[in-house]
Amino acid sequence: MLSVRNLNVSLGGTRIVTGIDLELGAGELVMLLGPNGAGKSTFLKALSGETQYHGSVLLSGCELTRWQPQRLARRRAVMPQRVDVNFPLTVKEVVRLGRPRSAPVNDLVVLELLRALELEHLVNRMVPGLSGGEQQRLQLARVLAQIVDCPGESLLLLDECTSALDPAHQQLVLELVRHLARKRDMAVLAIVHDLNLAAQFGDRLMLMESGRCVLDGRAEQVLTPANLKLVYGFHARIVHLPEGYPMVIPTGRVASQTAPSNPVCRQAS
Amino acid sequence: MIRDAAGRLRLGPSVGLMTCAAVIAAITSITIGAYPLAVADIASVFLGRDAADPVASMVLIEVRLPRFLLGFLVGAVLAVSGAILQGLFRNPLADPGLIGVSAGASLAAIAVIVLGSTWLGGWLAFAGEWALPVAAFVGGSGTVLLAWRIANRAGQTSVATLLLAGIAINAVAGAATGLLTFYATDEELRSLTFWTMGSLGHATWRDLLVGAPFMILALVATPWLIRPLDAFLMGESVVGHLGYRTDTVKKVAIVVVGLGVGAAVAVSGLIGFVGLVVPHLVRQLLGASHRVVLPLSALLGGTLLVAADSVARVVVSPAELPIGLMMALIGGPFFLALLLRTKVI
Repeated sequence: MLSVRNLNVSLGGTRIVTGIDLELGAGELVMLLGPNGAGKSTFLKALSGETQYHGSVLLSGCELTRWQPQRLARRRAVMPQRVDVNFPLTVKEVVRLGRPRSAPVNDLVVLELLRALELEHLVNRMVPGLSGGEQQRLQLARVLAQIVDCPGESLLLLDECTSALDPAHQQLVLELVRHLARKRDMAVLAIVHDLNLAAQFGDRLMLMESGRCVLDGRAEQVLTPANLKLVYGFHARIVHLPEGYPMVIPTGRVASQTAPSNPVCRQAS
Repeated sequence: MIRDAAGRLRLGPSVGLMTCAAVIAAITSITIGAYPLAVADIASVFLGRDAADPVASMVLIEVRLPRFLLGFLVGAVLAVSGAILQGLFRNPLADPGLIGVSAGASLAAIAVIVLGSTWLGGWLAFAGEWALPVAAFVGGSGTVLLAWRIANRAGQTSVATLLLAGIAINAVAGAATGLLTFYATDEELRSLTFWTMGSLGHATWRDLLVGAPFMILALVATPWLIRPLDAFLMGESVVGHLGYRTDTVKKVAIVVVGLGVGAAVAVSGLIGFVGLVVPHLVRQLLGASHRVVLPLSALLGGTLLVAADSVARVVVSPAELPIGLMMALIGGPFFLALLLRTKVI
């Protein structure tokens, strides 16, 4: 479905993303992890067409930049980290807006998505008045409306789609994404910061650091105390749940290498 | 039931109501004035009856009709331009004045008025009566191109830079206008004031001939912008995600606004607030979808300007208030009240 080969992104002369390879199959859910500033969002922006890249990104065998925009909009949907709606649009209008010109008009899809994301009761409400979590679920509904009924495979890129949600809604959203991925042949690449959500829902976890992919594998391979200490810089205990995935319990930060030069730290010692 | 489930006015009755208002404004605008006309006069002139009063016929054809048509067109174009810019900038307070179009157009016009007898004598001799409107149009379009060039670097258009470039252009144009005012003679000053206050008082068929093609072209191009502008409301990146060529959309929008506003300023001077108040009102009453906002802004903008022009002719009769002044008087407080009343802008 998606095949990334030696992808590089430079912004203003600085290399942000270096030599990333990734294979993503239809129905697969890959969680993209890494500390702040690791280049996760930039990598996603390259895949979503917002940033120029060097290397090759094949979507269904065709280079991303050679897709006709309207046909691509039906096969690839992107949920940005933040979307602020300042204008008086209703919930239903926003989801409808997600339907690209090339998609058939279908309000059934719109209503079904709103129901699946527990937004049905808000269908005629103005978006600027919704809570942060409601807005985030609404944006996911809009993004899903773009590709959910497209014939064939599709690609879904999510940048922190659960950051504003309570735990119950985090489960709801990721269960829905996983369900749709399997049922509709969607390949999903999602940036998440919650390692336990990543472990629970990711078929694979991809760990980035300083613009490079340092690990790509199953949760128990990626989420080890040694890896977390090295990449994130925190100590953790890993509990292997009977459900079949590991759980990360942080136990403290690794003392920073630069600590002695920090005057506050020196004073404390 | 005039409100729908979302608490907005229903579209059908609203369109009906606005059309009625437009017709009433049209009839009022054509009948009232220093030489009052009756509806019967209009009918008899249009039906070509011999009984028509020759003076009434002359007033109707040569004065009232071009004035009404021009007023409606200018109002429609200014309102639609405002709506487009607000969508593009994702800011309900954007206005054609914002990116410097109006200022550039009026600066060019003022330059012709003040420097027409000296430096620009050749231009005046060459263009004759067309010198002023053509200069305003060129000034407006030129400003858009300039702002565009500044904002358009490395193959991408930055809306924020465009906005800031507009502020700089406005400042420079304002200073240049001030300088010209400083050097203007008394007679030039009167003509200049008339221009900066905006007026439909001298509307002729010639003005229509100069301005209408550009304004109509701008209006005709807007339907293409409806869906991409809706996507713009979600953010600039979403436009691309939804399969629209973001830079093409921006270019078309800027050209439409430059063309329309340049032509509008060329024929009627500086008229503010139409582009600000009308789209805002439509959005508050009927929602923010551009499928609704663009066409109804055109209808309401035209109606508002024609109605305001009728009032401007009556309040201090036999003299008349400049329409730009009139719009500022109505628009300023109205907009302030709207701002204070609404939580979301």
